[in-house]
Amino acid sequence: MSATRPLCFQDLILRLHQFWSEKGCAILQPYDTELGAGTLSPHTTLRALGPKPWAAAYVQPCRRPSDGRYGENPNRLQHYYQYQVLLKPTPEDSQQLLLDSYRAIGIDPELHDIRFVEDDWENPTIGAWGLGWEVWCDGMEVSQFTYFQQVGGIPTVMPSTELTYGLERLAMYVQGVENVYDLDFNGKGLTYGDVFLRAEQDYSRHNFELADTQMLLTHFNDAERESMRLAEAGVAQPAYDQCLKASHLFNLLDARGVISVSERASYIGRVRALAKAACEAWLAGEEETSHG
Amino acid sequence: MAELFIELFSEEIPSGMQARAADDLGSLLTKALDGLNPRDLRTFFGARRIAAILTVDAEIPARSVSERGPREGAPEKALAGFTRKHGVTPDELTLENGFWVLNKSLDPVSAESRVAEAVPELLWKFPWPKSMRWGAGSNFTWVRPLRRIACLLDGHVVPFALAREGDDAHGLKASNLSEGHRFLAPGPFEILSGQQWQEELETRSVIVDMDSRRDMVRTGVARLADQHGITVVQDDGLVDEVCGLVEYPVPLLGKIDAAFMDLPAEVMQVSMRINQRYFALRNPDGKAAPYFAFVGNLPFKDGGKLTTAGNERVLRARFADARHFWDLDRKTKLADRVPALAAVTFHAKLGTQAERAERISKLAGTVAQAMWLDGAQIAQAERAGLLAKADLTTGMVGEFPELQGIMGGYYAAHDGEDEAVSRAVAEHYLPRGQSDDTAKAPVSVAVALADRLDLLAGFFAIGELPSGSGDPYALRRAALGIIRTIRDNGLRLDLTELFAQAANGRTGGELAKLPDFIAERLRVQLRSEGERHDVLAATLAGGLDGDLVRLLARTSALSEMIQTEDGRNLLAAAKRAANILRIEDKKDGPHTGAPDPALYTQDEERALAGGLDQAVPAIETALKEERFTDAMQAIAALRPTLDRFFEAVTVNAPEPEVRANRLKLLSRFRETTALIADFGQIEG
Repeated sequence: MSATRPLCFQDLILRLHQFWSEKGCAILQPYDTELGAGTLSPHTTLRALGPKPWAAAYVQPCRRPSDGRYGENPNRLQHYYQYQVLLKPTPEDSQQLLLDSYRAIGIDPELHDIRFVEDDWENPTIGAWGLGWEVWCDGMEVSQFTYFQQVGGIPTVMPSTELTYGLERLAMYVQGVENVYDLDFNGKGLTYGDVFLRAEQDYSRHNFELADTQMLLTHFNDAERESMRLAEAGVAQPAYDQCLKASHLFNLLDARGVISVSERASYIGRVRALAKAACEAWLAGEEETSHG
Repeated sequence: MAELFIELFSEEIPSGMQARAADDLGSLLTKALDGLNPRDLRTFFGARRIAAILTVDAEIPARSVSERGPREGAPEKALAGFTRKHGVTPDELTLENGFWVLNKSLDPVSAESRVAEAVPELLWKFPWPKSMRWGAGSNFTWVRPLRRIACLLDGHVVPFALAREGDDAHGLKASNLSEGHRFLAPGPFEILSGQQWQEELETRSVIVDMDSRRDMVRTGVARLADQHGITVVQDDGLVDEVCGLVEYPVPLLGKIDAAFMDLPAEVMQVSMRINQRYFALRNPDGKAAPYFAFVGNLPFKDGGKLTTAGNERVLRARFADARHFWDLDRKTKLADRVPALAAVTFHAKLGTQAERAERISKLAGTVAQAMWLDGAQIAQAERAGLLAKADLTTGMVGEFPELQGIMGGYYAAHDGEDEAVSRAVAEHYLPRGQSDDTAKAPVSVAVALADRLDLLAGFFAIGELPSGSGDPYALRRAALGIIRTIRDNGLRLDLTELFAQAANGRTGGELAKLPDFIAERLRVQLRSEGERHDVLAATLAGGLDGDLVRLLARTSALSEMIQTEDGRNLLAAAKRAANILRIEDKKDGPHTGAPDPALYTQDEERALAGGLDQAVPAIETALKEERFTDAMQAIAALRPTLDRFFEAVTVNAPEPEVRANRLKLLSRFRETTALIADFGQIEG
C-alpha cells in the first residue's frame, strides 16, 4: 500500500475502470437482472463463446440468498460486488495485467505476498469450466483467474481470460478494515454499512423467512418455459435472461430450505439445460453474422 | 557426449502436479532418446518450471536393421504394401528363411537432430492430469500457458519449433532463455549450461532445487519457533505443498489473536492448513501456541511486517468463521442430531447413516461383550456407536470433513456425555492412516472395531470388493485398522464370529471371502514389518484363525523354531519325508493308517514311532494351552531320532509290506508336523 490515504470503496472501482479502460476494455454497466456471479452476465457468458475477440470490464452486483447473515457477520453478505474483466483471446501477459492492476490500486507486490494458487473453476449451472488460480494477497484470496475452456457445455473455440475481483474483500484489505460494514465508501464519511446494512437485514429475512415459496416455484416454471421457447425462436439474450431468472429463483428456493438434497441436482440440471440452449442460440447467431 | 538441458517455463503449475511432471519429463526423455544412451538424469521443478539435465552421446552411430516382410509366395498386394511402407523397390529385398527381408543401413543421427525431432513430439503428448488451451487458436495444450522452451546441447540451442501443420503452437520454439523471480528479477536471461542456469536462478531469487527449498522452509520455521520456545507440528505434506507455491521461500511467524485460543486445537490447525497453508505450533506442554508460521515468496522490503499483519488479519476472519460454527453447533445436542442422519445417504445399497449408526451401536455392544467389558462399558459402547456419525450434520464437519470424529468428541463432551463415550466418538476413526496410533481405551476400541466390521460386512455383502488398484470405500484400510487394533491391544476375539454378527442376517454376496481378505491384509502387514511371509502362509494353510493373537503367537513361535539348528534340521527332515511320500504315493498311495509295530525291522523305526507317540499328545496339549514354544520344542526334539532314521533306514525296502509300513510311519510324522503348520509352505 502507498503511504497516502487508502482508497475508498468507490475510488477503488474508479481506479479499476481507469486501468482497464486504458488497456482497451469496454467499460460496461452492471447487468439489470439478479445474478449469482459476475461470470453469469451475458457480457461474459455469451461473449466467451464463438470466434470473435472481446474485451470488457464491469462491476456486477451479485446475489447469493443463502449467504445472508442478517448483517451480523463481518465477512458474509447476500448482496455484494464483483469486478469482472473478460479478455478474449487470452492475452500473452494476462498475469502481468492483473498484477499491474493491483499496483494501480495501491498493492505493491514487493511488500505483499502475491501468489497464484491452483484453482480448477467450475460452474455446473451454466455448464462452464476453466483452469486458473485463486490469486492470494498475504494469504487472502483477492481475485479469481480463469482461462475459460467450456461455457454452456460448449468448448470455447477462442479461450478467454476471466479476472474476477471480490471488491469488498479487496477494499477491506486495502483499507485494513475487519468488518465490511466499516468500509469507507466515499472518502467523505459514508460507510458501506450506511448504504447496505438495512438491505442485508431485510433481504436476510426475505430470503430465509418471508419469500413466498409457492410463488417462487410458479415463477421458476414460467421462466423455464419462456426461456426454452425464446431459445427455440433464436433470440439468445432474452432466452438467457429467463435462464438467469430461473437460476436466481432456484437460489431463493434453496435459501428457503424447500429443496431437498436429491431435488437439488435436478434443479441445477434444468437450469443448465436452459443455459445450454441459450448459448447454442447465441452461437448460431454469431456464426450467421460472421459468415453473413 | 554432451549435456542436454531442457526447461519448460510456464505460468504457475499446481503444486501437487510438479514433482510428477518432472519425473515424467525425465522418463519420457530417457525413452525418446534411447539411441543416444541418455544418463546422469537430474530433474527440477518449481512453481513456474520443470526442467531436466542429462548426458547423451554425440550421435546415434550408423547401424543396420532388418525388417521382416511377407512370406515367400505371399500375394502381390502384401509385398507391394511392404515395399511402399518402406519406400523401396522389390529388388532391394532378399529372401531369408522363406521370408522377404529388407536390410537397411541407417546413417548416423546427430544428437541435435534426434532431440529436435523427439522433444516437440513429447511436448505435444505430455501427460498432464488436466491441461488447457489458450490464445487465439492453437490446439497445443499445457497445464497452464507454456511461455518458454529452453533446449540446449552443450550450450547450443537445439533448433526446433512446436508448430505443426496448420497450428502455430503459440509460436513456441526452443531458445536459450529463462526467467528468474517474477517480482525480484523480471525479464529473461541467457542460459549457458545446466550448472550456470542453477546458479543464475539463485542470484535471480529462484531456488530451483526442491530439497534446498524444503530445507529453507524446515530450518527457517524451526528457527523462528525456537526463538519463542515453541515447536512446529511436523507436516511433510504441507512443506512439499508450500515449496511448490514459492520460488524463494521466506518463512515468517504471525500471532494468533488471544480471543481465538479457546477454539479446539484441531480446528485451528485444520483451518490454517487447508485454507491458508500455515504451519501450526505447539507450546512445550503440547498445547496450541498462539502463533502460526507461513512461507512468503520473497524477502520483503520491510522484513515482512506488512504481509505478516495481512496474514494475521486473514486468519482472524477464518477463525471468526470457525467460531461461528463452533458456537452454533453446540446449540444442538449430538444425540438430537441422530435422527437427521436419516437424510444422509451412506451408500445406495446400504441405506442411510442413521441405519448405519443403529448397526454400529448394536455391534459395538457385541464387541464390548466379546472383550469382557462390564455392563456399564457395554452401554457406553452402544451409546458411542449411536453418536459416532452424528457430527456429520454439524456445520464444522461440513466445512472441514477431516474433523469428523474429533468434533463429535468435543460436542459429546460439551453435552455432558460420559468421558468414555465422548472419547470413543472422537477416537473411533483411529487409526486414520499407517502412521496413526490405534485406539486404546476399551470403549473406543469396541466402537472402532464395530465401525470397520460393519463397513466390511456391508460392502462384502453387496459384492463391492476392492479391485487391483481401486478401493473406493477404503476397505483395505478398514481391514488393516481391525488387525492393528487387535494386535496393539492384544484382544482375544473370534473374528469369524464377529463377521457373522456384522453380517446382521445378510448372507451371500462375497461375505465368504472376508476371512481371506483379512488374512491377505495380515500377510501384507507382516511382510512390511520384515516378517517371513512363508511362515505365516504355513500357519494360515488351514484357513484364518479368527483369533489373530493366537494365530500370530503360533506364527512367531514357529518362526523362532525354524531359526534354531534343531528347527532347521527338522524342517529339512519334514520336507524329505513329504518328498518321499509324494513320489511313492503316486505309485501306490496313499499310505495312511497306523503303522504295524510287528513290521518294524530296525530299532530306528521303533525309536521314531515311540518318539511320535510321545510328541503327539505333548504337542496337542501345548497347542490347546497355547504354549506354542513348548509345542515347537516337542516337535523339534524329534530331530535326532529322525536323523538316525533317515541315516539307517531305507524306506523303499524290497519287501512290499515293510516298505508300506515305513511309508505309513512317515505319513504319521507328516500328520504330526501338520498339527503345527504346513511345513511345505516354508522356504529354505
